[in-house]
Amino acid sequence: MSVLVYIEADNGTIKGSSIEAAFYASQAAKGQAVTAVVTDKLEDSAIGELGKYGVQKVLKVSDERLAEKPVAPIATAIAAGVAESGANLVIMARSSLTDAVAPRLGIKIKAAVASNVVALPSQEGGEFVVKRSIFTGKAFVDVALKGDKKVITIKKNSVSPQATDSASVDIASLDVNFGDKDFSITLKDVKKQEGDILLPEADLVVSAGRGLKGPENWSMIEDLAKTLGAATACSKPVSDMDWRPHHEHVGQTGIKVSPSLYIAVGISGAIQHLAGVSSSKTIVVINKDEEAPFFKNADYGIVGDAFDVVPKLTEALKNA
Amino acid sequence: MKILVCISHVPDTTSKIKFSDNALDTNGMSFVIGPYDDYALARAVELKESHKATVTAINVGKSDTEPTIRKALAIGADDAIRVDAEPIDAFFVATQIAEIAKSENYDLILMGREASDYNGGQVHGMVAEMLDMQAIVPCMTLDIDGNTATMTREIEGGKEIITCDLPFVAGCQEPIAEWKIPNMRGIMMARKKPLKVVEAVQPEVLIETKSYELPPARSNCKMFTSDDMASLVRALKEEAKVI
Ligand SMILES: Cc1cc2nc3c(=O)[nH]c(=O)nc-3n(C[C@H](O)[C@H](O)[C@H](O)COP(=O)(O)OP(=O)(O)OC[C@H]3O[C@@H](n4cnc5c(N)ncnc54)[C@H](O)[C@@H]3O)c2cc1C
Ligand SMILES: Nc1ncnc2c1ncn2[C@@H]1O[C@H](COP(=O)(O)O)[C@@H](O)[C@H]1O
Repeated sequence: MSVLVYIEADNGTIKGSSIEAAFYASQAAKGQAVTAVVTDKLEDSAIGELGKYGVQKVLKVSDERLAEKPVAPIATAIAAGVAESGANLVIMARSSLTDAVAPRLGIKIKAAVASNVVALPSQEGGEFVVKRSIFTGKAFVDVALKGDKKVITIKKNSVSPQATDSASVDIASLDVNFGDKDFSITLKDVKKQEGDILLPEADLVVSAGRGLKGPENWSMIEDLAKTLGAATACSKPVSDMDWRPHHEHVGQTGIKVSPSLYIAVGISGAIQHLAGVSSSKTIVVINKDEEAPFFKNADYGIVGDAFDVVPKLTEALKNA
Repeated sequence: MKILVCISHVPDTTSKIKFSDNALDTNGMSFVIGPYDDYALARAVELKESHKATVTAINVGKSDTEPTIRKALAIGADDAIRVDAEPIDAFFVATQIAEIAKSENYDLILMGREASDYNGGQVHGMVAEMLDMQAIVPCMTLDIDGNTATMTREIEGGKEIITCDLPFVAGCQEPIAEWKIPNMRGIMMARKKPLKVVEAVQPEVLIETKSYELPPARSNCKMFTSDDMASLVRALKEEAKVI
């Protein structure tokens, strides 16, 4: 299957999740062409990296207006990439951008769309089947995508990318005829925490809940996160009370994460919280109540007071 | 101002998910308005008061969704439409909503960020593309002044403030409004509000469901004491191999 992968960059480097998407694309292509579309500013040297993950050709769309990642024009640009490359499968790593782009693109190119895909497709007998995470991580469904064109967005950790050294990538620029209404949203302001590890991208996450008593106690969580190189997250009541920013809230109604390691401190483990984190590979729970439901969904647990346990864990990590 | 609010009918978030005969086992399950759709509805009802809006709730579903639709009416929608069909997939649902929106000229189409059952997060983008409108997702605040809306959209690691002229589609999430609980008067009035049932159009179906499965349960939780964090660190390194 001829495959197109959309590559997203952040501050001039390719996002880790997009590297995963490139590798996923080359695995799904089964030897057929893999083309990438890039709409973010990236040096050709940075783009070259994609060769190691199986991308042969990169179509670069250079338009200043795309720097703010507007959804509608990026969908138009990817559709142009599909027309140019003749791809019949489009792969994107899930992000706040691609979640919005995928359905638009699906309609533009008349494709079957599957979001939240967690593993490589099965392509036996000419049928294209992918596994999707549904019910906020409580179940999976296998769906067959029909028709000539398909768009899928993949969840983090759906493949483990392996680099090869063959690396030649052909870079070409792609001209796009944007629609009249593509740029009808005006960006007024962006409030972004710079320097922090982005939660949806993070491979390690330290999360804390109401058990921490107040926002002033978060420094020990930040210390632990910094020691690990982890992102910080929180439960819903914590962001509702403004102890932490909203974009850190994970769960059913928040961000869904699937890191390698999720450490939950002073979080009871309500079903709506678990919904957003249960697909993490390894879960560590720190809670003073041995009956906390989270222990039933954890791999490692410590019954104890967070104010005692967390500094000791940070210390042990520093000494290890 | 005319607002359309799209309501999904989903299992309560506390539901234990099970399957039998290759379908969701709804035995003993209670169904609710999708939690994100509840935010959309709450904001629409607020706009009713501040902007003299009329609010229509729409659901694509069979007759078993009517109690959920009545709840939307009790919360404050003025009337409702049920497109009488099983909501097979996002494309099917989007086609129905776009079909109705084409003739009704809504100023605003509000949805949830995603339906909490199949977590597609696609209906808003599809409807917007079908109607050649913008879709703002996830939308955290929404204020309207004349023909222009100012919104906050969540992005990775933060948020952005944007403006867009009406009409458009927004996929809502908190803190756009507080969930509203219907009161007695609302429930009484909801019984008399119009609920129109319309037939579905039949688009080509491109997604076929094969089978469902549940995630593997986590094996027993290994316990450590706070004085033995070195052992936990070792387990994370050597056993789980995650650090
Ligand atoms: C429709 C709906 C959607 C929801 N969506 C979400 C969601 O997306 N995300 C989410 O998180 N919640 C969500 N919730 C809320 C959820 O039901 C819980 O209320 C919430 O997760 C509880 O947060 P918590 O664990 O931080 O607080 P609590 O339940 O209050 O738990 C605090 C925990 O800290 C422990 N503790 C207290 N002191 C200490 C200490 N000193 N040391 C160690 N442990 C301590 C306690 O034993 C307790 O287990 C949703 C609810 C509904 C109804
Ligand atoms: N069957 C349905 N009827 C009406 N609206 C729906 C239906 N399913 C989904 N929606 C709307 O579309 C949004 C996104 O749903 P989804 O793309 O299925 O995750 C939901 O939050 C609802 O507002």
